[in-house]
This record gives sequence, structure tokens and C-alpha cells, in this order.
Amino acid sequence: MASNEEILAGLAEIVNEETGLAPESVEMDKSFTDDLDIDSISMMTIVVNAEEKFGVRIPDEEVKNLKTVGDAVGFIANAQA
Amino acid sequence: MTRKVVITGLGATTPIGGDVPTMWKNALKGVSGARTLEADWVKEYELPVTFAAQVTTPASEVLTRVEAKRMDPSTQFAVIAAREAWRDSGLEELDHDRFAVAFATGIGGVWTLLDAWDTLRAKGPRRVLPMTVPMLMPNGPAAAVSLDLGARAGAHTPVSACASGTEALHQGLELIRSGKADVVMCGGAEAAIHPMPIAAFASMQALSRRNDDPEHASRPYDVDRDGFVMGEGAGALLIEAEEHALARGARIYGELAGTSVTADAYHITAPDPGGLGATRALKAAMFDARVQPSDVVHVNAHATSTPVGDKPEYVALKTALGSHLDSVAVSATKSQTGHLLGASGAVEAVMTVLSVYERKAPVTINLENQDPEIPLDIVTAARDLPQGDVVALSNSFGFGGHNAVIVVKNV
Repeated sequence: MASNEEILAGLAEIVNEETGLAPESVEMDKSFTDDLDIDSISMMTIVVNAEEKFGVRIPDEEVKNLKTVGDAVGFIANAQA
Repeated sequence: MTRKVVITGLGATTPIGGDVPTMWKNALKGVSGARTLEADWVKEYELPVTFAAQVTTPASEVLTRVEAKRMDPSTQFAVIAAREAWRDSGLEELDHDRFAVAFATGIGGVWTLLDAWDTLRAKGPRRVLPMTVPMLMPNGPAAAVSLDLGARAGAHTPVSACASGTEALHQGLELIRSGKADVVMCGGAEAAIHPMPIAAFASMQALSRRNDDPEHASRPYDVDRDGFVMGEGAGALLIEAEEHALARGARIYGELAGTSVTADAYHITAPDPGGLGATRALKAAMFDARVQPSDVVHVNAHATSTPVGDKPEYVALKTALGSHLDSVAVSATKSQTGHLLGASGAVEAVMTVLSVYERKAPVTINLENQDPEIPLDIVTAARDLPQGDVVALSNSFGFGGHNAVIVVKNV
């Protein structure tokens, strides 16, 4: 069980690996598309890498609801609970 | 009136240099790019061939991590070479709707394809990355170059095995002559030094087995040649309509005066022993360029160092050039670079253009005992080409019976 801070840090690492964005720019209230300019292909890569890192399953139909970094952190925290 | 087409930019990443100046300096010196492969998979699969000619500058040293992540190695090489050719051309402003790409590959994204297959088998479909298809598709290099440079007049991908790179120049020339483009980034890229292609080429007895002496393995025209050496990399040539180049005061390396493509229709892999398809390609290219056999001073030969391949090319040259062939300086640069498959024609085109521009023929290494059945004048130490008007040819032939020839003239 990871804390929200740990999940955020892990997610920021994955986003950095995929897009080169600085990990500190990956903040809870940032939108993946509007703020971080992440396209759908990168988003799917991030999702798959997050599944592996956090040992959770993020169904495809759920991905469209993950608009902000906070949405993703919340989903992963719930899925781990 | 046919539009004249000139070459104004050159780029390359190869086993004998990660850019054109380094490659060319080595090509005139005569070095071997072949080395024993360090990868674990060589032992893991007990490959029958344990060496190849890898690029001297890894793509990761040139591209950013994020750029490289979305590109198969073949596309990485293409983008590196195309960027160099672009910078070299000095082009800054142009009508991007009149700028095309013709970038070839023989095999395409074989690393991506097979990595994805390994992932599927080991971890299941969920782990197969979403970028897999755009990375493995053979038009990946052409598409990436078009995207990188903003070339919007079409991005073409000739695929004709080891003739692909030369066929890219043929397509580029046609695009400009027909008026569909003013500027074309032509080239070829290949990154197939992977255990599967090595196993497959070895299985058809195409590769040299000189595992204990890689640097002497690629030996075109030598009696002891026993197959080609796998190479990798890319070559790129920016070509443009002469009036376009003159209007911007560009440095012009030479004229892409003519090209041709023919098919043997003889056998899927074996060259026509009489070299008929290659002969037709040579004659057609010279006709296209409006040059005579007696104008030719230099040939950058296909010459892969296979026992069966080198001689038919000689027969074709002899038929097409006649007795004048005796006074033609022939270079077999695959002796140095190995065989870059779909990129080889592009890399050799870069060298051919430089030969005409600098009046120097590059070196054929490892020729110790010349095959008596191939009495060519082979350049074994860098040689000056004559002053005045000169014409050089570069040949490429590919599995499938593909023959492609380009003709380069000084301006």
C-alpha cells in the first residue's frame, strides 16, 4: 500500500520516462492533456507502466475518466486498497 | 525540358563514422567497421555468425531519450542522417508543400516487431506498447523524417531489399522532374543486427563466417570472399531542382543526372548469372542521364562480398561499359562498412557524390588475391579522379531481382 505522495512520485517518474517532463511538473491538479500535453498513445503507455509499477488494473474504459494527475492517483490508491 | 536536379546536402550514420566528414575521412583511409558482437544473445542462441558492423555513434548519443523512445532504431538512424543532410544543405526557408521525402528501408522496424512479440509471449497483450505499430511499420523512417523536417509533399518508402536506398534517389528524382516537388530528402535506413535476421541470412549462407577475423571478413572481389557482413545505419541526400538551389545560392555537390530501376524476373534471390537485369539498369540510367559509357570514370559497386554476387555485377558492367571499363576506378565500400541492406544504396550514394565533388575514389579493403574472373580496376588506395567533366555510377541490387543505378555528374 503506497501513500498518495508515493503514488504521485511514482507516476511522475513514469511520466518523465515517457515524455521527458520534469517530475515536479506532474502535480495533482494538472490535466494530462491540457496541462501536460500528453497524447492518447503516451497516456496508454503511462497507464500500462503504472499498472505494472503499482500492481493494479486500470480498465481501458476507466482511462478516459482519469483527466488529472489527481484522478489517476486516486484511482490507483483505491485499486490498491 | 527536363528539370535538372542537384545534390545540396549529405548526411550519414554508419559503421565507419557517425557523420559524413568522419565516414568520408575513413572511407579514403580504408578502415573496417566490422567487430565481434558483444550482445548476450550471440552466445544465448549460439549464432553461427558472431560479428557485424554496427554504427560507431549510438543513436542514444545523438537523440534525446524521449525522441528515441518513440522510434525504432531504423527510424532513429534515418532521423540522425536526415538532420545532418538538412543542416548541411543550409536550407532554411522553403515551401514545405513542395518538399517531399523518399526514405527507404529493406526490413523496417524488426527490433520493435520482435521485442513486441517477446513481450506478448512473456507478459501478455496488455504490455504490448501502444507505439508498437507506428514504430515497426516500414514507412516509419520516411514518416519520422517528414514530421521532423515538415516535408508535406508526400513521404515515400521504396522497399526493394538491398536496392531500396538507391531506389529512393530514383523516386526523388522523378518527384522533382515531374513537378510534384522542388526539394526531396532521399535516403535509406536499416537496423537489423538482431539475432533473427542474422540467423535467417546465415541460414541462406549469405553471411561471412569469418568469426575469428571480423575486420577481414568483408572482402569483395577477393578469391576468399565467403559472404557479406551485416551492417546498419543510414544515409541521406537532400536533392533539389537546380533552379531552386541556384536561387538560394546553395553549395552544389553535383548533379543527380539519371537513375533507373529494373527487375531480373529470373529468381527470387539468385542474381541472373548473365547480369541481364543489371545491364539493362546500367544502360537505362546512362541513357536517362544523357551520358556515354566513355564519360564514366568511377563506379561505387554493389559488391557485397558473396561468392555468387560479385561476378554478375562485373559481367553487367562489362556489357554496359565495354572496353572503357578498363579505365574506370571501381570502389567496393562494403569492404569497410559491411552491407547496410536497405541503407547501403543511400550511404554509397553519399560516397559517390563526394567522389565526384572531391575527385577522390574511396578504398576497397581486404583485396589480397583478386578473383581472376573479375578483372576490374579496383581502388585499393585512395585515388584521385580526373579533373574536367566526370560521371560516376552507383549500383544496388536486391533480393527479388531488383536493380537500381544512379548517375552522378559534376556541375
